[in-house]
Amino acid sequence: MGFDQYHEPPEELPPATRTFARLCASLTEEAEAIGWYEQRIAVETDPEALAVMRDAQGEEFKHFSMDLEFLLRRSPAWREIARGILFQLGDIVEHGEEAEAETFEGDGADGDPAYLGGSLGIGSLRGALR
Amino acid sequence: MNHLLRSLAPISDAGWKELDDEARERLAPALAARKLVDFSGPHGWEYSATNLGRVAPVKAAPCEGVVGVQRRVLPLVEARANFELSLSELRDIDRGADDADLEPLDKAAHQIAVAENKAVFHGWKGVIEGIADASPHKGLTLGNKPDAYRRPVAAAVERLLQSGISGPYGLALGGEEYQRVVEGAEHGGYPLLEHLRKIIDGPIVWAPGVGGAVVVSLRGGDFVFESGQDLSIGYESHDGETVRLYLEESFSFHVATPEAAVALA
Repeated sequence: MGFDQYHEPPEELPPATRTFARLCASLTEEAEAIGWYEQRIAVETDPEALAVMRDAQGEEFKHFSMDLEFLLRRSPAWREIARGILFQLGDIVEHGEEAEAETFEGDGADGDPAYLGGSLGIGSLRGALR
Repeated sequence: MNHLLRSLAPISDAGWKELDDEARERLAPALAARKLVDFSGPHGWEYSATNLGRVAPVKAAPCEGVVGVQRRVLPLVEARANFELSLSELRDIDRGADDADLEPLDKAAHQIAVAENKAVFHGWKGVIEGIADASPHKGLTLGNKPDAYRRPVAAAVERLLQSGISGPYGLALGGEEYQRVVEGAEHGGYPLLEHLRKIIDGPIVWAPGVGGAVVVSLRGGDFVFESGQDLSIGYESHDGETVRLYLEESFSFHVATPEAAVALA
């Protein structure tokens, strides 16, 4: 089993960052699985096999969404940008540009990102068990 | 500008960064509750109450043929720790000083972390019911001898299991108790810290402000810390020599499953 989800030496990373990296790797794997099932479903002709694969792909949708929600909870800036893009009608790229600008625009003291609003951004410390 | 009024303070960007970094560095090790209970939010400064999903009866209705109930909510509390810093120290930070005297900030950070831990584990009189207050499991004593800690901690885990509360579990140790455990080597051999960790199958957390120890289930859904405004530094006032700042947060805490924790006195 490889540990290549770490880009830096794992022993130098704090536990919370290692957890974050694991979930990023999991998110990638779930997205890959969704893509693979999409291709298999596109070429399969056996209705029973199709039903099984559609059910399996639904599981991957769930896993991907849970991974994403976890990561957004641990990354306030990512969450704020996602809030401006996900489930919005209209131009996706336009929403992306707007969400990025609004997230990192100053609010309060000079240099404070808007998503923090002056907060220290500590949040949950589960996983940072030192 | 929001309610923290940070841009009115005579503090440069570099100064604010130094203060925020220092506060995070001091707070993170001491905020024990956030390492063991569910954290919801932050929901913002305007957020005022946690939904309990419960109602209370009301005596009268506006007219005949109608009955009413009133929603019950848990109001958030605001906790604030004031501190003062020397303006000359802040100017030295701008000059690149890496040894500025930020002790008043360090002290305030410790105080507010202790307040948060106490509120969660032991309650805030008339405002918040803490984990130890709510727990129906009584009568376990930790004592003063660290070599004897293993038995009551194991007994606490056993009580949780008997109540149908699954693990993993976490152990919050008050300042003195944590020090005793870290120093302790049971019978001069296996470190007590490792032994306790094996018993609870989870983390051991330094929890300044906690009296004794508390064993809690980490399965989730039992204890909810709801954050309005997460910990922030705000500006109060200044004169020619001193700037008055504060650390502040708003939060509520709710015990959903009282039997999911055991306090050890």
